[in-house]
Amino acid sequence: MTTPTPSPASPASADTASLAVDMRSIVKAWPGVVANDHVNFEVRRGEIHALVGENGAGKTTLMNILYGLIRRDAGDIFVNGKLAHIQGPRDAIALGIGMVHQHFMLIPVLTVGENIVLGREPTTAGDIYDAARVRQEIGELSRRYGLTLNPDDKMGDLPVGLQQRAEIVKVLYRGAEILIMDEPTGVLTPQETTELFHVLRGLRAGGKTIIFISHKLKEVLDISDRITVMRRGKVVGHLITATTTEQEIARLMVGRDVLLRVDKAPANPGPVALAVEGLTAASDSNVPALRGVSFEVRQGEILGIAGVEGNGQSELIEVLAGTRKASSGRVLLGGKEITNLSARAIRSRGISHIPEDRRGAGLVLNYSVADNLVLGRQRSARFAWNGFVLMLNAILAWAKRLIAEFDIRTPTPETRARALSGGNQQKIIVAREMASEPLVLLASQPTRGVDIGAIEFIHRRIVAQRDHGVAVLLVSAELDEIRSLSDRIAVMYEGRIVSFEAAETPEERLGLLMTGGGRADAAASKVAG
Amino acid sequence: MNALLIILGLFKSPDVYHSTLTYGTLLLLPALGGVISERSGVVNIAMEGMMLTGAFFAVVADLAWHNVWLAVLVAIIAGGFMALIHAVVSIRYHADQIVSGVAINIVAAGLTVFLLNQFYGVQEIGSVAPQFLIPNIKVPVLDAIPFIGPIFFEQNLVVYIAIILLVAINIILFRTRLGLRLRAVGEHPSAADTAGINVYTLRYGAVIASGLLSGLAGAFLSIGLSNTFVPNMTDGRGYIALAAMIFGKWTPLGAFAACLIFGLGQAIYDNTSIIPISPYFLSMLPYILTLVVLAGLVGRSIPPAADGIPYEPGNE
Repeated sequence: MTTPTPSPASPASADTASLAVDMRSIVKAWPGVVANDHVNFEVRRGEIHALVGENGAGKTTLMNILYGLIRRDAGDIFVNGKLAHIQGPRDAIALGIGMVHQHFMLIPVLTVGENIVLGREPTTAGDIYDAARVRQEIGELSRRYGLTLNPDDKMGDLPVGLQQRAEIVKVLYRGAEILIMDEPTGVLTPQETTELFHVLRGLRAGGKTIIFISHKLKEVLDISDRITVMRRGKVVGHLITATTTEQEIARLMVGRDVLLRVDKAPANPGPVALAVEGLTAASDSNVPALRGVSFEVRQGEILGIAGVEGNGQSELIEVLAGTRKASSGRVLLGGKEITNLSARAIRSRGISHIPEDRRGAGLVLNYSVADNLVLGRQRSARFAWNGFVLMLNAILAWAKRLIAEFDIRTPTPETRARALSGGNQQKIIVAREMASEPLVLLASQPTRGVDIGAIEFIHRRIVAQRDHGVAVLLVSAELDEIRSLSDRIAVMYEGRIVSFEAAETPEERLGLLMTGGGRADAAASKVAG
Repeated sequence: MNALLIILGLFKSPDVYHSTLTYGTLLLLPALGGVISERSGVVNIAMEGMMLTGAFFAVVADLAWHNVWLAVLVAIIAGGFMALIHAVVSIRYHADQIVSGVAINIVAAGLTVFLLNQFYGVQEIGSVAPQFLIPNIKVPVLDAIPFIGPIFFEQNLVVYIAIILLVAINIILFRTRLGLRLRAVGEHPSAADTAGINVYTLRYGAVIASGLLSGLAGAFLSIGLSNTFVPNMTDGRGYIALAAMIFGKWTPLGAFAACLIFGLGQAIYDNTSIIPISPYFLSMLPYILTLVVLAGLVGRSIPPAADGIPYEPGNE
C-alpha cells in the first residue's frame, strides 16, 4: 500500500467551483498521535460522500476541524471555492455547514422546538422566546423535507430515531447546505436506518451536500456516491461507489485483506447446556418485558437472538446473568435450576456474560486493564489469598497472558481501561469472559461500536468457543452478525420468541418476523397477549 | 401542649407573617443566586461566604461614607468579587466546585474577622446610625389594608426588590432566550457550544450574578435587619439558602416557597421569650426543618445534568 490512491484527485486538477468542501493538507496532532496527517478531502456539491475508516483513523477529527470544534495545526479549508476562516462552530454554521454528531447534541429536558432553535432562537421584544414562531418554522421545515416532528414534545421522551430526526431538522434550521453525519446509523434499528437513508436521498435531491461518516461498509455502498478512505490519520484512497466493492474498501481501511464472512465449520451440537422455560420478567419501568420465553442452547452451538432492540433481549440476558429477577419460569444449567440466583452464583456455575453496555456494565473504566481482566474472579484462590488479599503478581501475569492472547492493544497492563479504544476495551471483556472457561457464554452486542479488525477477531473467538463445546447465546441488533455467526436463529418480538429459523434464512424474512409480521398466527398471538 | 397553643396563638397577629416574609427574603436572595449559578452548570455552595463578605463591607462602607446606597453597592460588588474567584477557579481552571466553594466560605469567615481587627483594632466596630440603614418603606394606601397591609406593605426596601427580582429571574430563566441558553449550558454544554453559544461567558455571568445577589443579602442582614457587623453573622443562612434551592428543585418559585418555610422557623424563634421551650431548641428549628425537608418531603430532586462538571471543549 505505498501508492494507495486509485482515482486521480489532486487538488490542482479538480474543478474547484463544483466542490462544496475542499480541505487541503490538513494536519492535526495530539500529544503522541497524529490524528490528521496532511489530509486532502474533497466533496462535490450535491453528492453523498462517505468518509470511512476504522475507529481512530481520524475521520471525526477531520470533521470536527471542518465544523470548527477543533483547531487545525496546518492546512487550508475551502468552502464553495472560497478560502474559509473557521474559528468555531459559529463560523461553520455561517458557511452553511451543519453537523449531526454521533453522540447527539440534544438536551433531554428541553422540548424538541427549543433544542432545534437553540443558538438561533426567534424572539419577540425584550428577548422573550417566541414559541409560536418556533412551532411555525419547524412545521414548515418538517413539511418541506418530510421530517415530521412535534416541537412541543420533550426531547428525552422521543425514541432514538426521532431524536436523530430532530438533530437533522436542527441542522437544516440553521440553513445548512452541507450536512456532516457522524456515524448516524450506529444507534438506529434497521427500520430507522432505512428511513434515514430515504431522508438523506431526499435531501440530496433537494440539492444538499452530505458527508456520511461510517465504518459500516454495506451502508456506505448503499447510500454514497463517492468514498474517501482514511487509515491512521491519512487518506489512503478515493473511490467511486459504483465501481468498488466491500472487499476493496475493507482492505484499504484495515491495510490488509479482511475476512468479512465468518469462516466456520458446521456445528456439532452436544447435550442441552442451557434451557429456558416460560420465562417472564418486567422491565425497569415495570411493564412486562418477557412474556413467556422458552428455548434451549446445546453445547457447541450458537443460538442467535434476532430482534429490533427493546423487544426483551436485554431483559432476557439480564435474567440469565442474574442481574434481573424473573417473575416466573425456570432457567436450567445442565439440568440444574439456577433461576434467580445471584449474579455471582450464576457466574461461579459457569455462565459468562459479555454485557451490551461495555462501559457501564462490562468494565470499570478507571481500573487498570489488568484489574478489569480479573474482575468478578478476584476472590478465586488463583488471584487472592483466602479470597481476601489480592495477589498482584498473579494478576499481572494473568493479564499479560490475556493481553497477548487476545491482542489487546494497551501500552501497559497498568493503563486505565478508559484510555483504550472501544475495540480494545471490548477485547478486555471478551478475554475475561472467555478465559474463565465457561459452559455457557452470553454475548450481548459483542461487536457494537467496534472496528472491522476487532469485529473479525471477536467473531473468530466466539466461533472458537463454540468449537470448544461452549453453548453460546448471541444477541445482536446487527442482522449480518446474527446470520453469519449463528447456527440457529430465534426471532424475538414483544417479549416472545416468535420463530426459530435456520442460519441461512434470508434477511427479508427475518426483518419481517422482527417487526411482528411473517407468521400466519402472529396476529392471533398478539391478540392473545 | 401549652407551648404549642402559644405558638399557634402567634399566627393570629400579622407580626409572625411579616417576620416570615422578611427572613424568607433574606434567604431568597442567595437561593436565587444558587439557582442561577447551578442552572448554568456551576455548583455553588459559597453563598454563605459571599453573603458574609457583603455584610462586612456594607458596614465598613456605611461607617466610612455615611451613605447607605453606596454601602449597598459596595456589598454587592464585594459579593460579586468573591463569586468571581469561584468562577475563575471552577470555570477557567476546572477545579472541583465543592472544594472551591468550601474554600471561599472559610476565606470569607477569616478575611472578615482579620479585616475587622485591622480596621477597628480591639475596639468595637461601632454601629450604623439609624438614618444610614436600609429603610423600611410603607406603601401608601396599601399599608392601611387590615392584616394584609402590615404583612406585605411595611417591609424593608430589600424585600420589595427581592420580590421583583424573583419574578424577573423566573421570567428570564424560563421565558427568554438568555434563560434558554443558560439552561442549555447547564444541561449539556457541548450541545450549546455546537449551537454557537459561548459556554464560558454564560457561566461566568451566572456565577457572578449569584455573588451580586448574595452580597445584597449580606447588606440586608448587616445594615437592614441589624446595624452592625458581628463575626460570622450569616450563621449558616447561605447553607439554608442552598437547601432551599435544592428543596425548590432549582426553580426560583420553588426556592422561594422553601425560603418561606425556613423563614417561619426564624419568625417563631423571635418569640422565644413567650414560648416555654428552650430557646436553644427553638434555634435548631430551621436546621431540623432543613434535614426533614431534604430527607423526606422533597424526594429525589434532579439537578441540571451538567451541574458541577467543568466544560472542556472537544472532550466527550
